[in-house]
Amino acid sequence: MKKGILSAQFTRRLILVVLAYVIVQLLISVNIINDYLQATLTTICINIILAVSLNLITGFTGQFSLGHAGFMSIGAYTCALLILKDPTMPNFLLGTLLGSLLAALVGFLVGLPTLRLRGDYLAIATLGMAEIIRIMFINMDKITNGPRGLSGIPRFVNWTWLFIFTVGTVLLIRNFLRSSHGRACIAIREDEIAAEAMGINTTWYKVLAFVIGAFCAGIAGALYASYFYFIKPDLFGFLKSVDILVMVVLGGLGSISGSILAAILLAVISTLLQSFSEIRMILYALILIVIMIFRPQGLLGSKEISLSVFNRLGRLFAFEKEEK
Amino acid sequence: MPLLKVHKLTKSFGGLTAVLNVSMELKQGELVGLIGPNGAGKTTVFNLLTGVYVPTSGSIILNKAGAEQELQGLKPHRICKAGVARTFQNIRLFKDLTVFDNVRIAMHKNVRYGLLSSFLHLPSYHREEKRISEATMELLRIFKLDGKKDEYAKNLPYGEQRHLEIARALATNPSLLLLDEPAAGMNPAETAQLTELIKWIREKFNLTILLIEHDMSLVMKICERIYVLDYGILIAEGTPDEIRSNKRVIEAYLGEDVGDA
Repeated sequence: MKKGILSAQFTRRLILVVLAYVIVQLLISVNIINDYLQATLTTICINIILAVSLNLITGFTGQFSLGHAGFMSIGAYTCALLILKDPTMPNFLLGTLLGSLLAALVGFLVGLPTLRLRGDYLAIATLGMAEIIRIMFINMDKITNGPRGLSGIPRFVNWTWLFIFTVGTVLLIRNFLRSSHGRACIAIREDEIAAEAMGINTTWYKVLAFVIGAFCAGIAGALYASYFYFIKPDLFGFLKSVDILVMVVLGGLGSISGSILAAILLAVISTLLQSFSEIRMILYALILIVIMIFRPQGLLGSKEISLSVFNRLGRLFAFEKEEK
Repeated sequence: MPLLKVHKLTKSFGGLTAVLNVSMELKQGELVGLIGPNGAGKTTVFNLLTGVYVPTSGSIILNKAGAEQELQGLKPHRICKAGVARTFQNIRLFKDLTVFDNVRIAMHKNVRYGLLSSFLHLPSYHREEKRISEATMELLRIFKLDGKKDEYAKNLPYGEQRHLEIARALATNPSLLLLDEPAAGMNPAETAQLTELIKWIREKFNLTILLIEHDMSLVMKICERIYVLDYGILIAEGTPDEIRSNKRVIEAYLGEDVGDA
């Protein structure tokens, strides 16, 4: 009985996910979503991956990180260098995987010593780490073409890959957070001393959250490189890290659906503001300030929007049918 | 062989020696009190036993079913895994999580599925999650918190927060339970109820309990033996009756007799 309900829920979710994919794919093929909107769509997907993975580190595990763009750049450069050498599809996938693994490795090496720090100190340490990575890319002139960046990166990213990677990372992180390992991370955010006393290896879980977050940021970087043709170190500076953090805080620390919502909302706002080009950034900042004044805990706080909203709507419709 | 053997435990913070040469032994199944005036070093002893502080010198040996393990210098989570659980003097619940999650998280060390399963929700995940959910509900029922399982821990009344902390400590499946002032802030009726509860869980979970308490009615009623600490030094050890009439204990609490000075 119970299993029946679970699988029905699973089927419904699967249908919704597939439907979302098919609809967008159709809109792209009939050119309603044109190249410009496709770029926005890509930005949204990449930002969702970045925001959700940073939320795992900052919102769920409570470790304030300002270095997410650094991990992103590792994924971007690794993937770009590989597909510039040999532009094939398998190479793109290999580059994405290698880039993510490399980002995760750096996350591990940096996380081990720095995660002893708390709060502001950790933020500064991670900020420093991201700057070191950026400056390394600038100075490895022979490989990375220095501050001029890499251009003409072949495009392998299309809607299908975007969709797979975005849904994949979000699902994996969501699943993780609903497991005992994920709850261990949340316990660290709540009270580190109590978590440790309850048998949770806090160092291990902090580093783990950091590594998973870095891995996902690496994926986002690879997708970025292979969609937008061009990367340079300055794209992954402090401001990019802050951008990601803004999405996480705006959506709500500790809410995956909040991060997704914020990533979409910010992309939509900046697209709509294109027509006010001179005062665009001022309006953007104003909107952020207003939202934070009225929703200081973020759009969703630590709550999640679940599909039960759709279920309730579905039941409502079913009700009406029966009445007829 | 006692369950816990503490030998000449010492902790100095710079020039201040908070605990000096404390030796104690806890037999399997005993309920032992640790008392002393404010600032005597009781909580420091707890923090040493649970790994929050690393002892300056001395040893702590846990003997579980014939297997000896040295606890000094281990990290708190290792000590918890070895079978020592604790509550905190100033309640440290996961305030923004539900009552249910507070206890469920403490089951973590007994969860048997790996990272891969947590990412992909493999069958082992579902099996284990079901098991720990049931175990959590069982514990909550014992503490009469099952009706409030979805309440945030911070919204519970004070007494129930204390109970929840004990439930959470028990969820780690300990053989030694350390209670740091479990009755603090409770009224006499609540304290009496807590007294019964502590006695009962000791039987039910086959526990050895060491408790710090200022409420003498509780200590004298349930402890089989009492250690008295003053200025970081053990000044007495014995049954409640012996402690009650011990001259040094009375001096420590009430001050020295003026006539002798």
